[in-house]
Amino acid sequence: MIESDITLDTLGYFCPMPIILTSKKIKELATGQVLEVLSDDEGIKKDMPAWCQTTGHEWIGFEEEDSDPKRVYKAYVKKAG
Amino acid sequence: MAMTQVEPATALADLHASQPEGVTIVLLSGEMDKAMAAFIIATGAAAMGMRVTMFFTFWGLNVIRKPGAASVAKDLLRKAFGWLNTGGAAHLPLSRFNFGGMGTTMMKKVMRDNRMPGVPELIETAQDLGVTMIACTTTLGLLGISKDTLIDGIDQLAGVSTYLAEAKDGSVNLFI
Repeated sequence: MIESDITLDTLGYFCPMPIILTSKKIKELATGQVLEVLSDDEGIKKDMPAWCQTTGHEWIGFEEEDSDPKRVYKAYVKKAG
Repeated sequence: MAMTQVEPATALADLHASQPEGVTIVLLSGEMDKAMAAFIIATGAAAMGMRVTMFFTFWGLNVIRKPGAASVAKDLLRKAFGWLNTGGAAHLPLSRFNFGGMGTTMMKKVMRDNRMPGVPELIETAQDLGVTMIACTTTLGLLGISKDTLIDGIDQLAGVSTYLAEAKDGSVNLFI
């Protein structure tokens, strides 16, 4: 299980909203803090690592959870300085 | 409260030093689906820290018109054309299966039910994220659209040179 400081719930939102909400939320974190993003949009599996690569924030990884009615993806990002 | 003064020259130097990658998008189309694609890419790019400029020309201008704005053209031909060519982000047709607006209404319902942002919300998000929006002066004139009937927050009215100056410095350039 990955530890996080702040959780962002984007459940029910499609691309590009999870990434846009992430880019806004990350501003509230201090350098080194970890953001957890919840999404049920499968596209996030590719989009979040790509967002990290472009913005320079550290990509930590994923956890997946089977929950009704949709699978939930939890993405973890560490804020860069 | 202490205020932090930002020296414009320093801020500009910082911007040049950080050199965010540029994205330019030309929106020529006035259909809802194409406008959505343009704004999804624009907002996505802005969220990735890229510098985004959108150019609106021809039917794309309808996307950034206030709803129900009348034509300001004086001559009869353009005036008549203005009656036919209405605008407003909330009233765009689909490029396929429009069925006189019925298809679009159905699509909008599906989008709302699935919490997908429509074109008006995407425009607001784009402005919020600092996307630069430029309206083409030539086609504004051609279509009889006055600049005060455009939505608020259109940064510039410009022509092809402005677009090219931005595009040549950009790494992504789209024509929709």
